[in-house]
Amino acid sequence: MSTAHEAANPLLEIKDLRVEFATRQGVATAINGVDLSLQRGRALGILGESGSGKSVTARTIMGLLDTPPAKVTGGQILLDGEDLLAVTPKRRRELNSASVAMVFQDALSALNPVHPVGRQIGELYRVHRGYSPAEAKKAAIQMMDRVRIPVAASRVNDYPHQFSGGMRQRIVIAMALALDPQLLIADEPTTALDVTVQAQILELLTEQQVENNMGLILITHDISVVREVTDQVAVMYAGRIVENGPTAQVLSEPAHPYTRGLASSVASEELKGQLLPAIPGSPPDLLNLPAGCAFAGRCHLANQQCATEVPELDEIAAQRHTACFNSQEVLAHA
Amino acid sequence: MLGYTVRRILQMIPVLLGATFIIYALTFLMPGDPISALTGERPLPEATVMQIRQAYHLDDPFFVQYGNYILGVFRGDFGIDFFGRPVLDLILERLPVTFALALTAWVLKLFIGLVIGVYGGLRRGQSGDHFALVFTVLFMGVPGFVIALGAQTYFGVHLGWVDPAGIRAGWPMAFILPALVMAFEAAAGLARLTRTSLVEVLRAEYLRTAKAKGLSPRRIIWGHALRNAMIPVVTYLGLSLAGMLGGAVIIEAIFNIPGIGGLMVSSINNKEGTIVVGIATLLVLVYLVFNLLVDLTYGLIDPRVRI
Ligand SMILES: Nc1ncnc2c1ncn2[C@@H]1O[C@H](COP(=O)(O)OP(=O)(O)OP(=O)(O)O)[C@@H](O)[C@H]1O
Ligand code: SF4
Ligand SMILES: [Mg+2]
Repeated sequence: MSTAHEAANPLLEIKDLRVEFATRQGVATAINGVDLSLQRGRALGILGESGSGKSVTARTIMGLLDTPPAKVTGGQILLDGEDLLAVTPKRRRELNSASVAMVFQDALSALNPVHPVGRQIGELYRVHRGYSPAEAKKAAIQMMDRVRIPVAASRVNDYPHQFSGGMRQRIVIAMALALDPQLLIADEPTTALDVTVQAQILELLTEQQVENNMGLILITHDISVVREVTDQVAVMYAGRIVENGPTAQVLSEPAHPYTRGLASSVASEELKGQLLPAIPGSPPDLLNLPAGCAFAGRCHLANQQCATEVPELDEIAAQRHTACFNSQEVLAHA
Repeated sequence: MLGYTVRRILQMIPVLLGATFIIYALTFLMPGDPISALTGERPLPEATVMQIRQAYHLDDPFFVQYGNYILGVFRGDFGIDFFGRPVLDLILERLPVTFALALTAWVLKLFIGLVIGVYGGLRRGQSGDHFALVFTVLFMGVPGFVIALGAQTYFGVHLGWVDPAGIRAGWPMAFILPALVMAFEAAAGLARLTRTSLVEVLRAEYLRTAKAKGLSPRRIIWGHALRNAMIPVVTYLGLSLAGMLGGAVIIEAIFNIPGIGGLMVSSINNKEGTIVVGIATLLVLVYLVFNLLVDLTYGLIDPRVRI
């Protein structure tokens, strides 16, 4: 995947992950063989249109899927070599927050409305490290300081609704970072915030990621954010990774028609900050996936092979992978 | 907080006026003549009738009668009955019995309703939940007096576990059966509300956060789910305690318990409007006070509405 040394010991390695949802209409294949790998201290962006399976992937890593309706039907999620899909519930609880933590999209609904924020942060120290209430409170104030909440000590007993949106998201980040996890997953952490606050939150996230040598998975619709913040990018389509590689390379010379569709329309600086462009057509029905490439219905390069065979995620250059039979042609026209 | 409380108490005045007005008008319109009811339908001399009507202001226009009455109420004077006893004394004499019944029923209902509701909410869709649903539908569907009469006959007469009527056995034995009947009747609604609220909360995003924090299921339920699930339940509970007083009125008649219910029934039969209005006014007042207490304590459980 990457250099031989790094590939030998990745922080996170997802192999052929498959997740289905039982729905009224039938079985929806939300994740259809995802492969991902992330090194310590690196930031990975996940791009993809709505419904492509970004959040389901994140929730599967965190063990937060509601089963039923969800069901993991295959694959492995190796965190530091330990398969998260095979651990006992008790081990899972030990790992959550301590090794892998998550920042949610909407901080207001992610925080418990009836508990003071200090208590919600402190709870992690109480449960995972056996701190006394006083110690936990002190640690919570330190965490609030670290995410730069002004006069943290005087706000530790305030409730979530008493904070602004940006400050609330800082609380959620403080909670996620409290136990120094190795991996942080942020699922659209700034979507609910206004633009000026978005930049501050992203800055905080990257700064913390670098300082603590954390792995970061950043799920977003914003290509410019991916460009600025991440080292690697993975593009998802219909429950699969269709392209991944170093961010700058993938976005400037995409090898998959879908990535090209995303990247070309936001190449110019004026479009910075815009959400993913709409690509003509719509994603396939997850209840009834096509036999061949899932993108074939919207792809101008589609041929006979695309209609019958599923393209594998193959290496096309150093550190770069794509799942397209005609990737060389796409690259040539970049 | 103090300003809020004062404002709320002042707001109670128009509500009290409106409610008593309606009740007063309804009693005023009650069919039958109070004086012939008083004498057991035997004719009285014309002069005596005139005298009584005058003493009780029965010939004043309706609005004058109501005005006099309400002015009295604000002075703590609820009028007198046909035998010259102050209505307030009559009511206060019997109120403790009714309170004992209502409070016992309320506590039992609290316990039964919360246990069934929480159980159903946690085991949603499983057999225990279905059982709880059937139970609540049954008790919501069957009229209260049917259950009351059934329980009275079975436990009181057939099995003889408790006296079928009266309060000779004192609290708690004399109160347990009527209170249980009231509790089950009302617990069904509480169980449903609790279940719905808990199911809602269990879907909330902050419970997903709690799971992401690696908390144990027990901690997630007790520390994060239940308190939130109780927010809508608390309002209901406070108001239902007041409602229990109303419910007691009916149950008292069936179980022959000498509370304000019995007084109410006999006063209606005797066309003693002052007593009927007095009881109703007092119940309205109790209801309003509970409403205020609920609103004031609400902030304790939900910081978002703290005043
Ligand atoms: N609870 C559920 N029940 C049934 N299907 C679900 C459920 N949650 C997710 N899915 C399916 O999984 C697919 C992927 O959803 P997911 O939330 O991962 O998309 P996403 O890439 O995060 O989209 P967005 O950008 O809108 O957040 C959806 O298309 C949906 O069909
Ligand atoms: S495999 Fe075929 S259909 Fe799929 S993206 Fe490539 S060219 Fe298009
Ligand atoms: Mg999502």
